[in-house]
Amino acid sequence: MNEQQSLWQFLLLHWDKILDQTITHIGLTFISLLLAVIIGTPIAILIARKRNLAAAVLGIAAIMQTIPSVALLGFMIPLFGIGTVPAIVVLFFYALLPIIRNTFTGITGIDEAIRDAAKGMGMTDKQILFKVEIPLAMPVILAGIRTATVINVGVATLAAYIAGGGLGEFIFGGIALNNTNMILAGAIPAALLAITFDFLLGKIQKQKPEGTGKAMLVLPIAVLLLSGFYIIPSAGTNLLAGFEPEFMGRSDGYLGLKSRYNLNISSVVISDAVMYEALYENKLDVIGGYSTDGRLKAYDLVTLRDDKTIFPPYFAAPLVRTDLLKKYPELEATLNLIAGKITDSAMTDLNYQTDILKRTPELVAREFLKAKGLYKRPQNGNKATIRIGCKIFGEQYILTEIYRMLIEGNTAFSVETKTGLGGTKICFDALTNNQIDLYPEYTGTGFLVILQPPTSVVDSIISDPDDVFRYVQTEFSSKYGLTWLKPMGFNNTYALMMRQQDASALQLKTITDLKNYIDKND
Amino acid sequence: MIIVQNLSKFFQQTAAVKNVSFEVEQGETLVLLGTSGSGKTTTLRMINRLIEPSSGEVFINGQNALALPAEVLRRSIGYVLQNNGLFPHYTVAENISIVPKLLGWEKNTIEARVRELLVELHLDPKDYSNRYPRELSGGQQQRVGLARALAANPPILLMDEPFGALDPVTRSSIRMEFLRLDELKRKTIVMVTHDIEEACALGDKICLMDGGSIKQIGTPAELLFNPEGDFSRDFFGSDRAVLEMKSLRITNIWPYLESAEPDLLKSSGQADKDETLWMVLQRLSAGGPQRLLVRKDNESKTISLEIIFRSLKQLKGILA
Repeated sequence: MNEQQSLWQFLLLHWDKILDQTITHIGLTFISLLLAVIIGTPIAILIARKRNLAAAVLGIAAIMQTIPSVALLGFMIPLFGIGTVPAIVVLFFYALLPIIRNTFTGITGIDEAIRDAAKGMGMTDKQILFKVEIPLAMPVILAGIRTATVINVGVATLAAYIAGGGLGEFIFGGIALNNTNMILAGAIPAALLAITFDFLLGKIQKQKPEGTGKAMLVLPIAVLLLSGFYIIPSAGTNLLAGFEPEFMGRSDGYLGLKSRYNLNISSVVISDAVMYEALYENKLDVIGGYSTDGRLKAYDLVTLRDDKTIFPPYFAAPLVRTDLLKKYPELEATLNLIAGKITDSAMTDLNYQTDILKRTPELVAREFLKAKGLYKRPQNGNKATIRIGCKIFGEQYILTEIYRMLIEGNTAFSVETKTGLGGTKICFDALTNNQIDLYPEYTGTGFLVILQPPTSVVDSIISDPDDVFRYVQTEFSSKYGLTWLKPMGFNNTYALMMRQQDASALQLKTITDLKNYIDKND
Repeated sequence: MIIVQNLSKFFQQTAAVKNVSFEVEQGETLVLLGTSGSGKTTTLRMINRLIEPSSGEVFINGQNALALPAEVLRRSIGYVLQNNGLFPHYTVAENISIVPKLLGWEKNTIEARVRELLVELHLDPKDYSNRYPRELSGGQQQRVGLARALAANPPILLMDEPFGALDPVTRSSIRMEFLRLDELKRKTIVMVTHDIEEACALGDKICLMDGGSIKQIGTPAELLFNPEGDFSRDFFGSDRAVLEMKSLRITNIWPYLESAEPDLLKSSGQADKDETLWMVLQRLSAGGPQRLLVRKDNESKTISLEIIFRSLKQLKGILA
């Protein structure tokens, strides 16, 4: 009941944003659909005439469909930058297969006697196509458009990863922030859109063949109108910032920048997977990134000093289930071997090796441990299996590998890694539900995202890393039965980043400098 | 009239039709008869160029068919298919209007023509105009298919197994209906069938084909009574006796009929001079009259079972 009320409150509070995102979502879905129909239908007609091309074309379209959507989005950045254009291109590719395949099947499925009669009566090729083939194939073509629409409503949520907007902003923001209401505020409208469009298109599709004349008229108009829903976001300030969904909703992120610094910069929501590259390629000017990210080094980026301390300390430490530590005390000792051993620059370098030099996390972790004299051959014991989880980004993969090698080398446990558990919420839920035994977590995240203490507490201790660590240690132990082991040394905090040359050209060193620059030039 | 000269069609290296020539006079029906693979359908489809000939020529009413744009040619030739090929998304009236619309007829003219054809084919325009093909029986669909082919008054009609998809009962009744249709009597028709009986009943001439070439062309009687070569002889096989009866009409044996005695004129039943011997045979053997009276020009004669068999014997002697 409480949950429902607060969802209702969330919806009331953010209805304008939800409406905005829904409109963008509808626009993205239908612009791409329109393109897919305009381009896909002629292709389908062509391959229905030249059957020897059919296998190749359908094959290529099918391969497009099998590329994971996030990967496809990634491929689009170098070609189309970030924002709505690459999102529409990706959605277009996804819509293409059902449209080509159904149009092709619809046309080739027509009784040969009917085509023969049409030709025998003296209809031209064009007349046969428009008066016979398309009307008769229409129910099947519509089924393809229906499939494509539902696929697009779903895939369009991913547009939020590359600053394309849409309901994905709330969904991914909510997942990252452990905010169920936010997830639902995005997911429910998305589901309703899918159901509504499916229902309406189903109605049109079930028309008898002779009724398709109407459908042929109504559908293009509807699609055009719905495409028109889309309003391209207008640029505000001359500098454009890109923030990932999690950053957008956090008090130690975008909200803090607004309240503490009064920073009013135009911003778009974007996935951290493509954010750095977008900055490097001049698609963005400022991003909210992680201070140990390897791409800082690769793309020659600098961080702006947080002179008013809104970014809390993010010291990484293993977060472990307390009952497991009691059962196997040697586990704690083993994991503490790495405590304080990884500095900021060391972590940035490790990230650089995996993210940029594309070396495997396993190799990077082993070399690091060897250099520190901590590497031991696995004992291949089978005393028990320790399940290690990790969030879906590079640094966590490296830390997971380090934990695994330490445990396998120093104890008789075997290790099972469950990598790529999405964001904080998924990892934390997996841990409390006994799906995993430990994962690397950051003190600031535990403090602000999971515990969410009152503002007075936050303000009083946030600037002191030790206070924050002690606070999360005590609270996690009593609330969740989880133990924070000793931090590994580095502080992977949020930071605002810019291209080195921009920062020095504009003489920006701190976030306050940035704020003053924007206010002056706005 | 249609003139086909040395028509051949090769698919890759294999010849589907080899050097076929025939002529169909105005108002005449030529039946292309043969088994499947004999090349009869390919020959038919080369006349309206649904298949382009590899070599040879087709003249329609003196005009070279290969010199015209294919669409223009086809609009002047009625085309009836085995599976009727009606457009499922068009009503009966819309289906019939297709060619007149392509030819740019006035709306009122088209409507009147559709009504006329429906009446002629015993489909009440009020009831059937707005039905869709799937709401019709197989026989009704075939009639609409014929109406569609006739809509623009083409002088020539091509029919590809027009009754092939119908059950035997519907088939013979529709066939009778077609035979009686005035419009069809004036048309120059080329029809494809593999049904010997149909060929004999409908064809003024039969063109018997096998392996892509013509084995014999002639009237049904000529093919039956005077087959050229083994193929023609064997083709009619065991049905020959019945087919002979079906292909001959009373006029064909007129000289062998006996003059009618005056007292017979009143009591006896009558037969039409165009009835086939098969029809007469059935009436005479059904326990009815022993003799039937036939009139031709101003002459009256009688026909009986005995006369029929005697004349057949004599006829064979002459033709052989």
